[in-house]
Amino acid sequence: MGPAKNGANHKYIIGIAVAKTDRLRTVRETSPLDKPAGVTVLTNATGRMLRYSRLLALLPVITGAAACGRFEVVPLLVGSTTSVHDSGLLDELIPAFEDAHPSVSVRVLAVGTGQALALGRRRDVDVLLVHAPDVEREFVRQGYGLQRAPVMRNDYVVAGPPPDPAAVRESGSAIQALASVAAARERFVSRGDDSGTHRRELSLWRAGGLQPAGDWYEEVGQAMGATLLMANERRAYVLTDRATLTSMGDGLDLRVLLAGDSALVNIYSVIEVAGAANPVGACLFSRWLRSAPGKERIRAFGLKNFGESLFSPLPAAGPVDVHAEDDCREIARPE
Amino acid sequence: MNPFAEAWELLWSGDLYVADVVLRSLYISGSALVFATAIGIPLGTVVALSRFRLRTPVVALINTGLALPPVVVGLTVYILLSRSGPLGPLSLLYSPVAMILAQVVLAGPYIAAVTLAAVQGVPPDVRLQARGLGASRWQATRLHVREVRASLVAAIAAGFGAIISEVGAVMIVGGNILGQTRVMTTTIVLETRRGNFGVAIAVGFILLALAFAVNLLLTLLNARGMRRPLVS
Repeated sequence: MGPAKNGANHKYIIGIAVAKTDRLRTVRETSPLDKPAGVTVLTNATGRMLRYSRLLALLPVITGAAACGRFEVVPLLVGSTTSVHDSGLLDELIPAFEDAHPSVSVRVLAVGTGQALALGRRRDVDVLLVHAPDVEREFVRQGYGLQRAPVMRNDYVVAGPPPDPAAVRESGSAIQALASVAAARERFVSRGDDSGTHRRELSLWRAGGLQPAGDWYEEVGQAMGATLLMANERRAYVLTDRATLTSMGDGLDLRVLLAGDSALVNIYSVIEVAGAANPVGACLFSRWLRSAPGKERIRAFGLKNFGESLFSPLPAAGPVDVHAEDDCREIARPE
Repeated sequence: MNPFAEAWELLWSGDLYVADVVLRSLYISGSALVFATAIGIPLGTVVALSRFRLRTPVVALINTGLALPPVVVGLTVYILLSRSGPLGPLSLLYSPVAMILAQVVLAGPYIAAVTLAAVQGVPPDVRLQARGLGASRWQATRLHVREVRASLVAAIAAGFGAIISEVGAVMIVGGNILGQTRVMTTTIVLETRRGNFGVAIAVGFILLALAFAVNLLLTLLNARGMRRPLVS
């Protein structure tokens, strides 16, 4: 590559940020002490980038070859809700599952239930672990899911700052608790992201005949962990699942102010996505979660790390066998 | 409905949600740009024209501004403004002020670095000649800065392009609160997550159009700057 060509490149690319590139070059050549470091680096990097861009053209060929060489390892994509992820449960379950089924390699996408279901509809994930029963049934009814099976439960709680300015502690139910926050116009942070928790919160407002709006009500559109951090910083009330709150416990100045209402039961289900890229893995994952070893891990998770059980496994419905590999391969075989 | 058709519909009808986040983005990044320019251009000029001990590390530090990772800036501002941080009592976290602060930290060094390079790029003869013809130090400096004005406008425009399209810092310090701190980039992240591709595409289109406008301006300025004689 001759100097003339090099110069032209650098004028084209760097000229956008620094109009007088020619003069910069003059300075660089005449007085090395005044060398503008940033620009020199950019110039060299640009030249290298342009040279390597020819190699980049080969990239599809290389990756294509690599893909052909190891086509048998299709990762299992799990679309999970953020509460299971932010609380640390999946970090416990996934390695145990992979030990039990070494042929499956799991990748987790931790998103809100709304997005997890959207991913499922697009078949971007193989199996879902979510918690919005009504929407899940709809999902299966519309043919996007093969099978929905409840796995575990925990509960939602209304949390807030310890002084409790809206007197949520004195309210008898979740609906009353939200009503008193609204009446006091105390700040309330909402997930606002179509997640399972967000849907439950909206249905509680609806049940109380309220439509939350105003500067006290903040929709943040973020995961459970981030939402709790925001509620903590802003001394706000929040509806959260108990697991995420407990697992973040020490760092937060939020207290459980209302719990135990039957309207706050939170059920997590596993759904195998119809037309998944890895149906065998999805089937194995679904069964393992509901098998005795899976249940044991779920129960032990909270006890081991926080001294209380955060998720309770549910009694299984349907056939569950930990040595189900052949069974799952049978099920997944195209007819 | 096809998400592209939906996006078109939203743009065409002037959807309030889309308009709200676009205006907020312009307000926040515009304010940040004013402060960043007020800090960056004098800083870059002074460092370019002075000789002092530790100049080399200072120049290196300013040049780091060209590659400052937004999430690290976001994290730093978050820790500063958090309730348990040194500026906690001001209650600025999750407010537009926090977002402006983070973007000033991002764009300020960027503008300073480009100013520094541009001012240094003027041949020393220009200054010597001006001084020889009787210009005061201040007049010579003004001439110097005028000489590179096209580069400075380019620096400001590039700084704006960088902060308006940045998502890491504003998500951390702004919190993406609907109607308060939700801007174009955080809207795209959220609406994509929710599967509302129409809204995400509509906002993305506006962001792209803005980026294009900024770069068009840069290219035009660049072309003019190249044609202009050395001393006008």
